[in-house]
Amino acid sequence: MRKVYLDHSATTPVRSEVAQVVTEYYTNIFGNPSSVHSFGREARKGIENAREQVANLINGKPEEIIFTSGGTEADNMAIIGSALANKNKGKHIITTAIEHHAVLDSCKYLEKEGFKVTYLPVDSEGMIDLETLKANITEETILITIMHVNNEVGTILPIKEVGAIAKERGILFHVDAVQSYGKLPIDVNEMNIDMLSASGHKIYGVKGVGCLYLRRGVKLHPIMFGGAQERKRRPGTENVPGIVGFGLASELAGQEMEMENQRLTVLRDKLITGILENIPCTQLNGHRTQRLPGNVNISFEFIEGESLLLMLDLKGIAASSGSACTSGSLDPSHVLMAMGLCHEIAHGSLRLTLGRDNTEEDIDYVLEVLPEIVERLRAMSPLYNNRDKHRNHREECSICTLRK
Amino acid sequence: MYTEKVMDHFTNPRNVGEIENAKGIGEIGNAKCGDIMRIYLDVEDNIIKDIKFKTFGCGAAIATSSVTTEMVKGKTIEEALKLTNKAVAEELGGLPPAKMHCSNLAADALHKAIEDYMNKNAL
Repeated sequence: MRKVYLDHSATTPVRSEVAQVVTEYYTNIFGNPSSVHSFGREARKGIENAREQVANLINGKPEEIIFTSGGTEADNMAIIGSALANKNKGKHIITTAIEHHAVLDSCKYLEKEGFKVTYLPVDSEGMIDLETLKANITEETILITIMHVNNEVGTILPIKEVGAIAKERGILFHVDAVQSYGKLPIDVNEMNIDMLSASGHKIYGVKGVGCLYLRRGVKLHPIMFGGAQERKRRPGTENVPGIVGFGLASELAGQEMEMENQRLTVLRDKLITGILENIPCTQLNGHRTQRLPGNVNISFEFIEGESLLLMLDLKGIAASSGSACTSGSLDPSHVLMAMGLCHEIAHGSLRLTLGRDNTEEDIDYVLEVLPEIVERLRAMSPLYNNRDKHRNHREECSICTLRK
Repeated sequence: MYTEKVMDHFTNPRNVGEIENAKGIGEIGNAKCGDIMRIYLDVEDNIIKDIKFKTFGCGAAIATSSVTTEMVKGKTIEEALKLTNKAVAEELGGLPPAKMHCSNLAADALHKAIEDYMNKNAL
């Protein structure tokens, strides 16, 4: 059976160049980078080279890169660390309602510690309003933390504009760039970014490694304690193979970004158009143009996401959904709900995220099998036959769903 | 995460559809939680002669609906009333813990359909 992996926003395969260098650093160059001997020095060289590769991709300085265990740790460090370090200046943080839980839960933690957090609403395409952001800034605001690209719907947020506002008001600006790092151009200086989180396994590196960009001079209260690694910002023996692989993956991503984005945009648009035109009662979630090249997120009315995923899986297609069953709670995705989707439409969402290994044949295959799967599930759905009743039901639905 | 039997009922659901002029119809769940199950009954001489279902929901919701129809077809009303959600899950070889609460409602939908049948027939 044909296997089509369309879940690159969840994770990516490790590319062969990276796998090779990672293996080398597991076996031959295995030293502890803190050691004085040649084994340690060689490992150290690998890390420092990776630091340059990562810094180059975002126009930062190598000494501003702190390697972490991944995006979640970087988000926690940035948000909790900078809030605690600046709590004497104020205790107000601004974020959005559609952040990843690594950001939202860090903010929730700070709320328990006495901080106030504003969760900016988004419109039906997942976009924030800059005037609303400005209106919510107070004398107490010490941090703005906003994602670059939403992980579910792929909407690209106006980071550069937010950065300008933050700079003008003298507020720290953190960007969760886990879904954009290595995929979209980032310039921490041009965008006025003070802190930025990135992850290795989203860009064909290994799992368990990422980084925090921390602008020189920005104070961070440590959230981990131990050794002097990463200038005491992140104690613990470094994940040398992972870091070296992350560095190489970053460099290669930078080299290939433009070409790959052109290719992915064509495939993405073919997939979106193919689904919307051939399957009735479907809608695109997220922004039509301000959208990550590899992201497709579509809701199929009358059916539920998990059963759609299971059916696709039986055909060899790997995807994800924002339904309650896949969000790990009783409610569907907080992102889709914040965009004002009604529960039923949110439950029927399907996310297909494309990557390096996908071809046009993969897209054709999805477009070939998807209509019959949807039709099959709709034939089973009690919401499908009685269209009129359904329409009434949906009106109620759109009223009851709060636009946060 | 699902047993083979769940996947079997999910991929080849038994008794999908509606019954015209059904003697009893029962629906449970709502779109908010992502599961809606509707069961149609045809009853003759106190025996469930035919049963069909329509379900909007996850794999577990579809599989439990399907196996429920299979378990009570040909049974008496009294026997069908004894069916529990727990027994349905057991028949499927178990369900993931997270699904026990939210998607295992088919027996409840069946009981509602029986209730509807009894009300209509003043039983």
